[in-house]
Amino acid sequence: MRASTVDRITEYAIAAFLWALRIVVVLVVVIGSLLTLSSGRYGMDTWSSLIVSGLTTGSVYALIALGYTMVYGILRMINFAHGEIFMGGAFAGYFVGTAFSSMGLLNQGPVVVLLAVAIMIIVAAAFSTVLALLVERIAYRPLRNAPRLVPLISAIGASFFLQYTFRGVFGAGIYVYPDVALLGQRVPIDFLRLRWVDVLVVVSALAMMTGLYLFVMRTRMGTAMRAVSEDKGTAQLMGIDVNRAIVTTFAVGAAMAGAAGVLYSLMFDQVYFFTGFIPGIKAFTAAVLGGIGNVPGAMLGGLFLGQVESVGPTLFLDGFNVPAVNQLKDVIAFTLLVLVLVFRPSGILGERVTAQRA
Amino acid sequence: MPLLEAQHVTKRFGGLSAVRGLDFTIDQGSIVSVIGPNGAGKTTFFNCVAGFYHPEEGQILFDGVPIHRLRRDQIAHLGIARTYQNIRLFAKMTAIENILVGQHFRLHGTWVGAILNTASVKAEEVTSHDEARRLLRFVGLAGQGDVMADKLPYGDQRRLEIARALATQPKLLLLDEPTAGMNPAETARMTAFIRSLRDDLGTTILLIEHQMRVVMGISERIAVLDYGEKIAEGTAREIQTNPRVIEAYLGSGGAADVPGQEKGQVDVQPETGS
Amino acid sequence: MMDTAVAPAAPDATVDWRRVLRVGLLGGAVALYVCLVGMVEVFQTRALVTGVITLGQTTMVLAGVAAAYLTLRGRAMDRRSAALAGAVAGAVAGAFPAVLVVLAEVVNLRAMFLHASPGTTAVLTVGLGVAGAWVPILALAVVGAVTGLLLTAPAAIQRPATAALTALLLTGLFAGLLRPPLLASSVTAGIGRLLFASDGLTIVGAVTVVIAVIGGRIAMRRASLRSRVAALPPARRRVLTPSAVVALILFVVWLPHGVGPFFAQVVAVVALYILMGFGLNITLGLAGLLDLGFVAFFAVGAYTVGLLTSTAEYGIALWPFWAAVPFAVLVAMAFGAFFGLPILGIRGDYLAIATLGFGEIIRILAGSDLLKGLLGGPRGIINIPRPLEVPPDHLLAGPIQIYYIGLVFALVVAFVAIRLRDSRLGRAWLAIREDEDVAEALGVNLVQTKLLAYMLGAAFAGLGGAVFAGLLGSIFASSFPLFVSINVAALIIVGGMGSIPGVVVGAIFLIGVPELFREFSEYRFLFYGVALIAMMLYRPEGLLPSRIVQRELHVPDADATAEGNGDGDGQDQPSRLAPDAAG
Repeated sequence: MRASTVDRITEYAIAAFLWALRIVVVLVVVIGSLLTLSSGRYGMDTWSSLIVSGLTTGSVYALIALGYTMVYGILRMINFAHGEIFMGGAFAGYFVGTAFSSMGLLNQGPVVVLLAVAIMIIVAAAFSTVLALLVERIAYRPLRNAPRLVPLISAIGASFFLQYTFRGVFGAGIYVYPDVALLGQRVPIDFLRLRWVDVLVVVSALAMMTGLYLFVMRTRMGTAMRAVSEDKGTAQLMGIDVNRAIVTTFAVGAAMAGAAGVLYSLMFDQVYFFTGFIPGIKAFTAAVLGGIGNVPGAMLGGLFLGQVESVGPTLFLDGFNVPAVNQLKDVIAFTLLVLVLVFRPSGILGERVTAQRA
Repeated sequence: MPLLEAQHVTKRFGGLSAVRGLDFTIDQGSIVSVIGPNGAGKTTFFNCVAGFYHPEEGQILFDGVPIHRLRRDQIAHLGIARTYQNIRLFAKMTAIENILVGQHFRLHGTWVGAILNTASVKAEEVTSHDEARRLLRFVGLAGQGDVMADKLPYGDQRRLEIARALATQPKLLLLDEPTAGMNPAETARMTAFIRSLRDDLGTTILLIEHQMRVVMGISERIAVLDYGEKIAEGTAREIQTNPRVIEAYLGSGGAADVPGQEKGQVDVQPETGS
Repeated sequence: MMDTAVAPAAPDATVDWRRVLRVGLLGGAVALYVCLVGMVEVFQTRALVTGVITLGQTTMVLAGVAAAYLTLRGRAMDRRSAALAGAVAGAVAGAFPAVLVVLAEVVNLRAMFLHASPGTTAVLTVGLGVAGAWVPILALAVVGAVTGLLLTAPAAIQRPATAALTALLLTGLFAGLLRPPLLASSVTAGIGRLLFASDGLTIVGAVTVVIAVIGGRIAMRRASLRSRVAALPPARRRVLTPSAVVALILFVVWLPHGVGPFFAQVVAVVALYILMGFGLNITLGLAGLLDLGFVAFFAVGAYTVGLLTSTAEYGIALWPFWAAVPFAVLVAMAFGAFFGLPILGIRGDYLAIATLGFGEIIRILAGSDLLKGLLGGPRGIINIPRPLEVPPDHLLAGPIQIYYIGLVFALVVAFVAIRLRDSRLGRAWLAIREDEDVAEALGVNLVQTKLLAYMLGAAFAGLGGAVFAGLLGSIFASSFPLFVSINVAALIIVGGMGSIPGVVVGAIFLIGVPELFREFSEYRFLFYGVALIAMMLYRPEGLLPSRIVQRELHVPDADATAEGNGDGDGQDQPSRLAPDAAG
């Protein structure tokens, strides 16, 4: 029959294609790396600063990714507005920071500065949480049982709404974060090209992620959240307040994102209404990479993506004399995403999502 | 040669063996039932035959062809069709469209032909619609072709699902609890209908059922599963008096109703996933 | 919305003050939001009725109306209580802006909130400044009371009044759109100037609208007119009467000429989005594949045309536009196959992310230095000739050309889509969208079938891109952001998945209408977002879902009657002609 030959051809084409893809990727990575390293163009300095940068951006991605992954795990929904929650936290941190700066607090010794930053982070987290809960209440909760495209579109709408609300209220200009002199200084260890801000970002991110992990694994609410992620119906039958679990999920994810907003803005010194867009997409990529619904996976995915994005262009492509490799940072990130989805859709650590709807 | 032959089929989910070392044959033109308490592995076995799961061990041969590693559409092409425990019609399509999808791989119109509305495509649409309507009449849904599938009453939906499966012209039809949720009158009608499928169309039927009246009434052979293993196989009479079967259903020391006795309804209500 | 007249039976004199308070608070929050986000201040520059009321003031009025309406909705109340409740709700809502005015004076709110400004205060207090902080409270209380009275008025007053007010609001809002066509022709120019000032309705215009609406309603109530309307065939046929179709065609053909050069461009863009919508409708609407990288194929089509036709440095051949178009379609299809093969095994949401990734990869690569030698880098490809080279004052100059070409292609794509939808392949797509596991178990080869949907969608996206290149004359990587993919997907979902008229409505609603509000460009996307959310909350199946469309226009299946006649095997049940009869 005609159909079966077309069938056979398509199958072979797909198999051949996938094999070719694997081979090309391996070749590019291996040969590119060899060429770059052997050319000796870049010294330890460059590599270590790339690695550090990957670590810091990766930490930020990881924090944001947690929100995506938990919400997807519990509701099977891509929270497109999460990037704006991140941005909101950054704005909140800006105002607190500016207030502190005008009080002269940011020029004091390390203890005061750390305290000030901590307060910025807490306020930002709280603000993001409130924002996220509002969005959940208005745009998501009524749609919990709708087919999956519906909450997706609603989330996209929420994303636009938040972006342009912030634009309206705060204007379209770029807000420059207050300068914290201490953070900009280099860590006094010679071979590491670290600034204190990098240490701050990585350490606080790790601390928060650990806290979240303990919360999800050890507390009653965390267990409830995991149960609802696994099987909402059964969890309900067991007496778990599903709504509360969902709301807590949003809240916790938002808090992480808000904190990430402050950290990100401390690194890059600025925030404006569109800040959340790209990190949002990257963070979602990270969540998928690590295994959607999987909390350690999101952390791992974020750090991994950060590294690949930071080191990758130089390591893989420079050897081929590709011009302006850093333009292709995002290309590498997205290629990684597509490869993971094609070859290992459940992610590095495997996915944890709600049971498939019948 | 038996139509379907399962040899030592084992399906595991994580640490749990849903089906273990199952040997089973079905002869051409027979009506065979698989029964067992909930969780015994009946639907899992069904899913293995239909290609929804791939067994970890063992093999399944259909007309001598190994099918346990094939895709579902390849299995359909070979002549196996199924219905579902929880009805899975295409809800937002009409009854006749549901059946037409069943005919999909039996038709040959190409998309280019569809765009150009060639004579052969037009003719094929006419014949396929006629055939679909014939199937509707056959299952007793004449005239309801344009009704949206999710608007049909429950019993009609079950029959539509069977009609859709029949549209693939299967040699083997897997029916997963076709009388679930039906009252005695509807059950009797469905039972007669299933028998007519074999008698009039020559289709071989494999049935999962909980209503013993149905099982004992039309099955030529019955296999009993418990905890993923086949614990008994035989005719209705043999099964009814098999002590292992009684124990599986009622626990050891059960001296009450034996499955299949006519006095009192013994209908083990189905839960999801048996 | 407001046409449910409050039931006259047992009007209640008791007021649920808790509800009044709650709604008032909510209304106040909304009013505050509207002030802070700047709408009050920005809209001040635009009048609804020139010299009488500005758009900024209108937003506050609307807030008051909404507060009162929500308080009173569904409750039977006597007139006095309704007015009282409305007044209180309005007053509570108005308290928020009042507090804002006072606070803005005392604290330097402006450091944080751009629009807690003198401008906003001026609008809110009608120029009185802080001393006028009571103004919003009073104004909204009055508005609330009036709304309450209106809601409890007898239908004979209520309906014409609401209709007139709504018409007033709409004509005032769209004055910018309605004025140019009138001014364009010398015949109607006088009327245009009479009715519309440069930024809104004139007083004369406002009065005219009100009289016209009320007069129209009175005329409709005359028995003679009513019976003639009733004598027309039922709604489903009315749409397709020859005269209606001809009128629609004439309107469509006239449109870009009538609306002025600026809006002609808008209309052309809408036509292009309709074209792309039909394409994605195949992939997403029929087969249910959430393709968020659709813009990639659009880009491929555009770049192919650009490369083949451009007379500038990156053009590689000097083909005429029309020769390049089919080629662009084929190349886009090839890309579709290329991308589709590996990823179509991925399920659901992941496919969305993977396609999104593709779209971004294409966009970045197109603008990258790596491919600069081929694709022009960030500077892009320029000097792409127009499809039809005509002198500048020709009928078909400029964007109008693209509009017609886009429409023609859109019709072609729609035709193909309809043919496919009603075919064997279309049914397979719908089945996959409903339940792909079951579809596969019925013998449908998922990968092949999905690949076809993906490739055909890509082909039509490529076609859109080709026309787009002709429209703009130059293309850059920045013309292909993710937003375009989201837009096309959104317009399909908002219009109604799988529905051809739905795509058109969706495009008009999501692309055309925001363009009309270009003067409020800062807030376009705000409304866009709200519209998306509102649509999903209240009408997720879309504005014109395909089943409704089919049922409205569907000639009852001739075979259904034949079945009723029986084929002689005695098993027939009575035929059911009307699909909705089944419930």
